[in-house]
Amino acid sequence: MKPVLIAKNLIKSYTKGSRALDNVSLELNQGRVLVVMGPSGSGKSTLIRTFNGLENFDKGELNVLGIKIDSTHDEQKIQRIRKRVGMVFQQFNLFPHLSILENITLAPIHVQKRRKIDAEEYGMYLLNQMGIDSHARKYPSQLSGGEQQRVAIARALALKPELLLFDEPTSALDPERINEVLDAMRRLAEQGMTMVVVTHEIGFAKEVSDQVLFMDSGKVIETSTPDIFFSNAKHERSRKFLNQLDKY
Amino acid sequence: MNKHRNIFLQYFIFIVFISLFGILINNLAINLIRTGIGINFSWLLKPASFALAEYPLPYSASDTYAWALFIGWLNSLKVIFISLILSTFIGTLIGFARTSTHSLIGLIAAGYITIIRQTPLLLQLMFWYFVGFLGLKDNILIHIENIFKVSNQGIELYGLSFSSEFSALLFGLSIFTSAYIAEVIRGGILSVSRGQWEAFRSLGLSEIKGLISIIIPQALPAIIPGLTSQYLNLAKNSTLAIAVGYSDIYSINDTIINQTGRAIECFIILLTSFLFFNLIISNSMEIVNKIIVSSKKYN
Ligand SMILES: Nc1ncnc2c1ncn2[C@@H]1O[C@H](COP(=O)(O)OP(=O)(O)OP(=O)(O)O)[C@@H](O)[C@H]1O
Ligand SMILES: [Mg+2]
Repeated sequence: MKPVLIAKNLIKSYTKGSRALDNVSLELNQGRVLVVMGPSGSGKSTLIRTFNGLENFDKGELNVLGIKIDSTHDEQKIQRIRKRVGMVFQQFNLFPHLSILENITLAPIHVQKRRKIDAEEYGMYLLNQMGIDSHARKYPSQLSGGEQQRVAIARALALKPELLLFDEPTSALDPERINEVLDAMRRLAEQGMTMVVVTHEIGFAKEVSDQVLFMDSGKVIETSTPDIFFSNAKHERSRKFLNQLDKY
Repeated sequence: MNKHRNIFLQYFIFIVFISLFGILINNLAINLIRTGIGINFSWLLKPASFALAEYPLPYSASDTYAWALFIGWLNSLKVIFISLILSTFIGTLIGFARTSTHSLIGLIAAGYITIIRQTPLLLQLMFWYFVGFLGLKDNILIHIENIFKVSNQGIELYGLSFSSEFSALLFGLSIFTSAYIAEVIRGGILSVSRGQWEAFRSLGLSEIKGLISIIIPQALPAIIPGLTSQYLNLAKNSTLAIAVGYSDIYSINDTIINQTGRAIECFIILLTSFLFFNLIISNSMEIVNKIIVSSKKYN
């Protein structure tokens, strides 16, 4: 098993005196799915965003697909990482002025310098996989939230990434739209995609993930398999958090 | 209820406005009768008998006042048009620099904007004229053979030459306006959500490519109105040409008033000219706006 992602003692503060990341270490092997959970403000987004250089860190070391970065935030290395790592956001962040297909082909055409027809052909294939190929010529605002998020996943897949990052991909969706997105993610996991998913969807975590990482106040409280985490969490704080989640 | 009050307020403002205008017209009529000159434009066809320092079309002192005014109008148009392009270019660069995450670049841009905006334009024009151009030591600042030359004679670019008066005005106006344009551009860029930046960055697009294909298209609708008002200001500010002795429409009007005493007529001419400049600017910008809005196929 080849590690795709190794984080060593990551430390980051936005403001002096409080740490958004407090000595975070983790390792993720190829083809595995890591779910990150934790209360609001615990540093989940900060952590996942360091993996593709959207967020800098103050101390520690990161190895993404063999590319090592540290607090110097080497732009060229980060650029190389971004070409091989896809990201899906809570708010979809589709480009509203571009059609669905243009959203997807932008990076293949301009980053990978692929021919437009090839990019479009592969784009249509991805949209088909996501069950939304009939919307290819529409604009993001014409689609439902669940459809937009599936477009966002297709866009992230267009560069054929070796690692996919999801930051609360279903939190902005209507309850009846959540499953269509989770199903798409489940299929990706089955196809062997390596993924880091920040989510509060317990069902998804139980069925799909290989590891659950629980954070609080910037610290990793525990990393367990979902079986253990959801039935017999090692730490008091994890159990408290799960109790709270159940109430909703 | 609210609607009625609104209508009442509008009528009230309208009546106040008309009354004020009436008083002004009345004053004007009384003055005209008292001085016994009346309004008359026939002097326009008499020889101007003054020289102009620069004229884009042939001009001599024996030409008519009308022709002199037209030359002045062209001179104004020339400096407004070139300043408009230059200030947009500089303003865009500074505006981007101002939003840069690179702290030193951001700081320099902020300093530029602050200094330029807090100094009177007249002072800046004087600076460019007396210190910038006339004050050049050894007469030459930059000299690239046959291509570009900056000296106390003005600017020479590929055989085109610009007087130091024109150059000082061009620099002054462009740099002054660019600071305001930079703020307009910055506002437009900030109106685009952070998520758009993160989305294009996470796809491996470069900052430049992302700006051009993602950020700017979405920022433009917020930028255009601000840009239009800066262009209109630029046109009006160009009348400060008189301070550096550039023969724009305003300074030629000024000369003619001194020679002929035809102040009312000259004011009318000046007003019409600026109405015309402003119509050109606002209509062109309206067209640009329409193109952008119609190309905006989303929401
Ligand atoms: N840009 C920022 N500037 C300053 N502080 C920030 C910034 N982003 C996050 N923080 C702070 O860092 C801490 C971790 O935030 P983060 O967004 O990573 O939490 P999270 O676990 O993703 O929370 P949520 O579940 O609400 O999304 C919080 O205390 C937050 O207030
Ligand atoms: Mg978050």
